Amino acid sequence: MTSVAVIDYGMGNLHSIAKALQHIPSKPTVLVTAKPDEILAADRVVLPGVGAIGDCMSALENAQLDRVVHQAARQKPLLGVCIGLQIMLDESEESGSTRCLGIFPGKVKKFSEQMRDEDNNAIKIPHMGWNTVQQNQHPLWNDIPDNSRFYFVHSYYATADNPEHCVGTSEYPNVFTCALARDNIFAVQFHPEKSQHYGLQLLDNFIRWNI
Amino acid sequence: MSLAKRIIPCLDVDDGRVVKGVQFVDIRDAGDPVEIARRYDNEGADELTFLDITASSGDRETMVHVVEQVAGEVFIPLTVGGGIRKLQDIRRMLNAGADKVGINTAAVFTPEFVKQAADRFGSQCIVVAIDAKRVSTENEPARWEIFTHGGRKPTGIDAVEWAIKMVDFGAGEILLTSMDRDGTKIGFDLELTRAISEAVTVPVIASGGVGNLQHLADGILKGKADAVLAASIFHFGEYTIQQAKRAMANQGIEMRLQ
Repeated sequence: MTSVAVIDYGMGNLHSIAKALQHIPSKPTVLVTAKPDEILAADRVVLPGVGAIGDCMSALENAQLDRVVHQAARQKPLLGVCIGLQIMLDESEESGSTRCLGIFPGKVKKFSEQMRDEDNNAIKIPHMGWNTVQQNQHPLWNDIPDNSRFYFVHSYYATADNPEHCVGTSEYPNVFTCALARDNIFAVQFHPEKSQHYGLQLLDNFIRWNI
Repeated sequence: MSLAKRIIPCLDVDDGRVVKGVQFVDIRDAGDPVEIARRYDNEGADELTFLDITASSGDRETMVHVVEQVAGEVFIPLTVGGGIRKLQDIRRMLNAGADKVGINTAAVFTPEFVKQAADRFGSQCIVVAIDAKRVSTENEPARWEIFTHGGRKPTGIDAVEWAIKMVDFGAGEILLTSMDRDGTKIGFDLELTRAISEAVTVPVIASGGVGNLQHLADGILKGKADAVLAASIFHFGEYTIQQAKRAMANQGIEMRLQ
């Protein structure tokens, strides 16, 4: 049986993702932990996160978990969720400017408050709710139809420098990257743990992912 | 293809049981929050809101268990409101598996609480619930005020100004209830909904007065809401959520259809 560690660095709703992982058919052993040895002993690692990215980055560094994430990123399947995706880029505009982990080259930017939809209504921020995701080929999309809806809640979005890293896009109202991948790493801006059937399918695909 | 508008069924919970008569025909136990949540999830609810109406604050621990149970089985966003007064209350609900908390009375008495909560937990999980009542007469420009204690106590605070202030303080979403319409089944106060929705930068959930599916569509199309919340039309099996979504989609509203 495969084991998965959910990194607990004091930020965000870890219980939702842990519960979702416990619910999927592949039935992994789920450990929510802040201990580096436990994280690195697990077969797979999930990096969640909600809230302000500056706080998330400080919390990771204070617990010396940034090095652990880098190590996991070299060794085993790693899934980033929400801020867990954003924190994998080089830097974010949030909280002034926040230096991040640099696992994917690129920046995190804020949705512009000047944006308007086709009916000329102001675009609401945060981008909150169920939006369609356009997929690029990747095993983690197995058994999930293209353009399926996932649940989003965020005010910042990733811009990856390398277009090959982009494996999923959404529109609000402009196209933005909502899934990044390279090698053994996959990261999503939406919340698979709150995206009902297809969200659970994606988590199950992550647990079954053979690299 | 773009962001879908949301339908959010609301469940009143008293001491761990759903009240206000939820009467599905094929449900074993009409008061069981987990069973009802599962039912709405299957029908395609986009989120669920639980309102804790337990009178005694000593019994609030029960609500934590309800949230834990629901979050272990239903994988869509959950909002919990009612009795959220301290940062500790928010922490407990988020740890139990809630995604957002609704702050109502505490925001009116201590607006700074919203700021603290948003700083600590992030705006994405702070929903400020606004109970508004029309105070202008027929011939005056429309004006609404904030009421507390289930619409009984006026505060003198202008609803539109209040919504703007709450967003400045960090609210990530506004749950707007018209106290004039709540329970009437004659539809949302669309003028109020539109006034608030156009005044703030965050999503607005319209609530209070839904009696049929056209009311839901009007909340989005005329009220400019981002989501619609309803209780009784779903609880009594008058309409399923799936029917509501199809009716709204037929009017050109972007919906998540399964």
